[in-house]
Parts: sequence; C-alpha cells; structure tokens
Amino acid sequence: MSQVDRREFLKLSSIAGVAFTAGLFPSAQSSAQSGNFHFVQFSDTHWGYKGPANPDAEHTLEKAVATVNGLASPPDFIVFTGDLTHTTDDPKLRRERMKRFREIVSALRVKDVRFMPGEHDAALDKGEAYKEFFGALNYTFDHKGVHFIALDNVSDPAAKLGDEQLAWLAADLKQRKADDRIVVLTHRPLFDLKPDWDWTTADGAKAMELLMPYKNVVVFYGHIHRQHHHMTGHIAHHAASSLIFELAEPGSQPKRGPLPYDAATPGKGLGTRDIAMADKVSFVELPATKG
Amino acid sequence: MKRRTMAALLIGSAAGGVARLAADAPVEIRIAARKFEFHPNKVAVKRGQPLTLVLMSEDRIHGFKVPDLGLRAEIVPGQETRVALTPEKVGSFTFFCDVFCGDGHEEMDGTLIVEA
Ligand SMILES: [Cu+2]
Repeated sequence: MSQVDRREFLKLSSIAGVAFTAGLFPSAQSSAQSGNFHFVQFSDTHWGYKGPANPDAEHTLEKAVATVNGLASPPDFIVFTGDLTHTTDDPKLRRERMKRFREIVSALRVKDVRFMPGEHDAALDKGEAYKEFFGALNYTFDHKGVHFIALDNVSDPAAKLGDEQLAWLAADLKQRKADDRIVVLTHRPLFDLKPDWDWTTADGAKAMELLMPYKNVVVFYGHIHRQHHHMTGHIAHHAASSLIFELAEPGSQPKRGPLPYDAATPGKGLGTRDIAMADKVSFVELPATKG
Repeated sequence: MKRRTMAALLIGSAAGGVARLAADAPVEIRIAARKFEFHPNKVAVKRGQPLTLVLMSEDRIHGFKVPDLGLRAEIVPGQETRVALTPEKVGSFTFFCDVFCGDGHEEMDGTLIVEA
C-alpha cells in the first residue's frame, strides 16, 4: 500500500471503522449503559527477536507506534496482549529487552497503556521480571461502563490459568450482572483452537464455563500471530495479528510456521487493531506495512 | 473430563513391578528430551501393540503431549516418566513439548507413526 493509500485507509478506518463486526454485545439493553469508545490492541511484538522471519524486526514496533499515533481519533487506551519481548534464558537480557520495549512504546501519545504477559515474557521465571516492569499478571479495570478482565494463561509454563486465578475470576464475575458488558483480554486462546500446535489453554474451558452465564462477553487475545474469529456459544474470540511474523492458517500446513518473510510485501500479515465498543463491537485492522 | 482420561493412561512408577506374561509385556520405547528436541523424534509402532514410552530429560523440565491420543506428561530430569498406551488408530500423531522451555520451545516436537 502506498503512503497515500495507507493514510486514506487509516482515515477511513477511524471514521467508518468497520472491517469486522462481531455480532457482539448482542443484548440490546446493554447499549444504554454507557458511552461509545475505542481502544487499540497490540499483540506479540516479540521485542528482541532476530531471525529470517522478520529482517525488519528492529523497526516494526516503532512503525506500529507511529501508525497508532497517527490515528485521526486517538483511542481511549491501548492494550498489549502478551509476548511483549522474545524469550531468553538470560535474566539480565530479559530485563534489558523489557526496558527497551518500554522505552519504544513510551512514544505512544495515548498514555493509558495496559500490558499483559505472554509465555515469552513470563514462563521461564513465572513472571518475576515481567512484574518488575509491567506490574500485575492479571487484573481488572472498568472503562465507560465496560468491565475488562486481563487473564494470565502464560506465567505457568504449562499454560494454565490455575485454580487460584479461576477462583479470582469467579469472584469477580459474581459482582457482575448477567447483561454487563465484559471484555476478556488474554494471551493464549481460551478454547482448543489447534491443540497439536499448542493453540490452547490447559484449563481454558473452566474460564469459559464461568463466563457462559454472561450475555455480553467478548475475548481478545494473541499468541497465534494471525487474525482468527471463533464462537463458543454466544461468546466471540478474536485473535490479533503479531508485529513480528505471521504463523500459518490452522490446518493449512503441517507446522505452524513462522511463514517465510516476503521482501516484496514487507509487513504483510502484521499489524495492530482499533476496536470500537458500542452496542456492537467492531474493529479495524491497522497494517504495520510501510508503503 | 479429558484430563482425567489422560491421567488414567499414565501408569504408576516403575517400582510398581507387577510380573507380566511375556506375550503381554509392553514394548518399551525410550525417548530423550532436551532443549529443543526429542530423540528420536520419529517413532514407528504397530497398531494394537501395548507400549510403554519411557521419557527422560537431559536438562530441564519438558512436557510431552499427544493431543490426538489424549496423552500428556511432564518429564522431570533425574527420573523416568513412563507413559503406557496401546495405539488403536493408524496414522501420524504429533507429540510436542508443552512446558515452555525457552527460545526454540516451539520447534520441540516429533511424530508417532502408528502402522497397521
Ligand atoms: Cu521443552
């Protein structure tokens, strides 16, 4: 896409804003609860990755930050759904990567930024370094009448939420009404997307069971480095693109990838997304591509 | 749930030591795990043949998961992890490490080939 096309696209995105509309927040009464707003999701930035799947790895994150800073209508806040950094066995290097990552994203003009861990950030030390830099591994917050729940399915290296966190989730949900608007943010899919590619959460079904009684729930996650949309009953799950490399479409090839880098289309399949919350949830993919 | 089935498939420690008739004795297959590979990473077996997978880690804790067969175990260094199974389906089944173990974890996998 040329620079001009891209600018046009971004402008359209922020105005029209409908690349994907989930039949979401289906309960009509809920729209009366709150004002409309939008936020941006980054995922799987893997700062520190070096490899053939993205020769531009040192700049992709900066470009995405610039793209989001250029949105005609700034988002209310920004979330990062995990794998902020690429993993390393060296605790010192892990912290250097987290530090540098934090510096790069500090250029975001929107200052309300929420982080979540991925297994690359948190699985080797159970989230110790992550917590030093980014705080809690799981938490909730409320924004304009929407309840956000950030779940950690990565700091346990076996990809479990764990009974303690599930009890915490159950206690939080008890305080919600059945038609409250709830957004779940997490790194790995909470359903069995592709178990033989490890695209699952060991006890994700338990979280889904707790969420099922609530009428207006949507899940945004990462991990699989590509867009994917799935329904568990009335609950939609939307996977986000990565900013480092794309993985394969489930079942399209024996291994998940990374998909090879194509110099002719740098940044293909990479990006962030702008998520609009109204009586329906809709979002627009923002490419990381430089024209 | 599925998890319980998996647990039931894991047989107890080697110390259990019940004598078996030779004809029933499962075939032992030893698989070593280390960052970031299984050795061997291709295992061919016969359908209906009782097997004991003997899993050992050479460095750190790894996982061993075969979603298609409902098998899952953790491989702790310094001990043998024994997994019993009798494959009933012919086909190629992916096994992989599901305990995040570092930069290369995603490539730590192998194939169990069940022949007729
Ligand atoms: Cu491993």
